[in-house]
Order: sequence, then C-alpha cells, then structure tokens
Amino acid sequence: MNSVSRRQVLGASVGVLAAAGLGLSVSPALAANDSGDLIKAFTGGKQPTEGKVKLDLPEIAENGNTVPMTVSVESPMTEQSYVSEVLVVGDGNPRGGMATFRFTPLSGAAETNTRIRLATTQTVTAVAKMNDGSLYMTAKQVKVTIGGCGG
Amino acid sequence: MAAAVKPRIKLDRKEVKAGDIVEVKALVQHVMENGQRKDPQGNTIPRKILNKFTCTVAGKQVFEADFEPAISANPYIQFKFKATVSGPVVLTWTDDDGSTIVGEETITVS
Repeated sequence: MNSVSRRQVLGASVGVLAAAGLGLSVSPALAANDSGDLIKAFTGGKQPTEGKVKLDLPEIAENGNTVPMTVSVESPMTEQSYVSEVLVVGDGNPRGGMATFRFTPLSGAAETNTRIRLATTQTVTAVAKMNDGSLYMTAKQVKVTIGGCGG
Repeated sequence: MAAAVKPRIKLDRKEVKAGDIVEVKALVQHVMENGQRKDPQGNTIPRKILNKFTCTVAGKQVFEADFEPAISANPYIQFKFKATVSGPVVLTWTDDDGSTIVGEETITVS
C-alpha cells in the first residue's frame, strides 16, 4: 500500500503543477480509485444480487500487465430475456473502470474474454444488468506479483 | 499509424446453420498507453487507448465493449454471436484520437 499512496501523492503533485503551468483542471485520471462510484452509477443505487455472473480470473497473476479474464452471465439470451450490459471494475488500479460490455439477443451467449491490467492485488467486480433491469454481481480477488501500470 | 494496423480475427466456423453460436477471437496491435506512465524526463505520457469496440453482423450490432486504460496492450477480445443471416462480420475499434481500425470476415448461413 505504501507504493500506492506514494504514487497518488506524486500524481497529485504533478497534476497540480500541470494545472498551474497550463491552466488546465486536474485530470480525473489522478483522482482516487472510483470503482464504488462507477458501480453506483451503473446500478442507479440498487443493490445487485449475488450470482448468475461468473468471473474467471487467476488466483495469482504473476504479471499484472496482462491477466486473462472471462466474464460470463447465465441467461437464455432471447428477445424476452437477455443480458444488456456488464460492468467490470477493480478497486486497486489508479482508475476503477476496466471495461463495459454490451450484449444483444443476437449475442447468443453472454460471454466474453479479454486481458486486463492489474496494478496491485485487488478485488475485481463484475455487475450485470439484464434487459428487465435486474442486477447481478460477483467479485473475485486476484493476487498480483508484478503490477501492470508502469510508473 | 493506426490505419496501417491489421487486426487478426478468427471465427471458429464460417459456414454455419441458422441459430448456431459462432465464437470470434480478435487481436489488434495497439500500445494502449494508460496515461499514468512517465517518460524518463518525468513527464506523463498522454493516454492513448482504443476506447470502444463494436461488432456488427450483416449490419446488426451483436456486441459492443467500452475499454478503459485497464485493458492490456494489444487488446484481445473474444465473444460469441448467434448466426441468423449470411453477411459481413465487421469489427471496429475506435482510438482516443477518433481514428478507427476495421477488420472484416464473412459468414455464410445455410
């Protein structure tokens, strides 16, 4: 945690310098991790139910620069019932947001795989929104040996 | 530079029956500079990522993703779609600078 606070302090001071020098406001990238706010904005304040969402991540990621992640949501994916959106956030990166996936009934299956960066050991949370507005979520902790955000 | 990038796209099958699920895997070369790193002089390297990915099949959108800087360099994406009609499968990545990287495959539904 020491390195994180140090980085935030450095980032903040650089931001202030940049703002002073260029007359720009401090970039949101330098703000604290916003994963909680992102989830709130996504759910509209409602509490998602645990379940239906599956997050496949390694328990231990040796290299945080590229961590394979599979997100899948149980759903028949028909016109009547499908997953419309999935938000993935992490609470240990400089910024909380990781990705948002949008599906349609034509997706056939609500399943996607990509590779993410993890700056440090953290909990990754996926929240799924169904077409009827119901919300499901899951979270998984990943231990990171080498962080993946440079710097 | 972005225009010269050719994405690698793989469909698990290109000739399918209507209703079959097709899996798409795509890899595109991009630095995905996250806007947090510093160069040796201590200046922040500006953010430059692909922030949006969409896939349309025969003109209809089947999948879309918004990427944040937490997506690794040379972003890989894998997803599925249900084949209903023959047509082009068009994958589009949008860069922060507004340029796009487009890849296309064709699917035949019998």
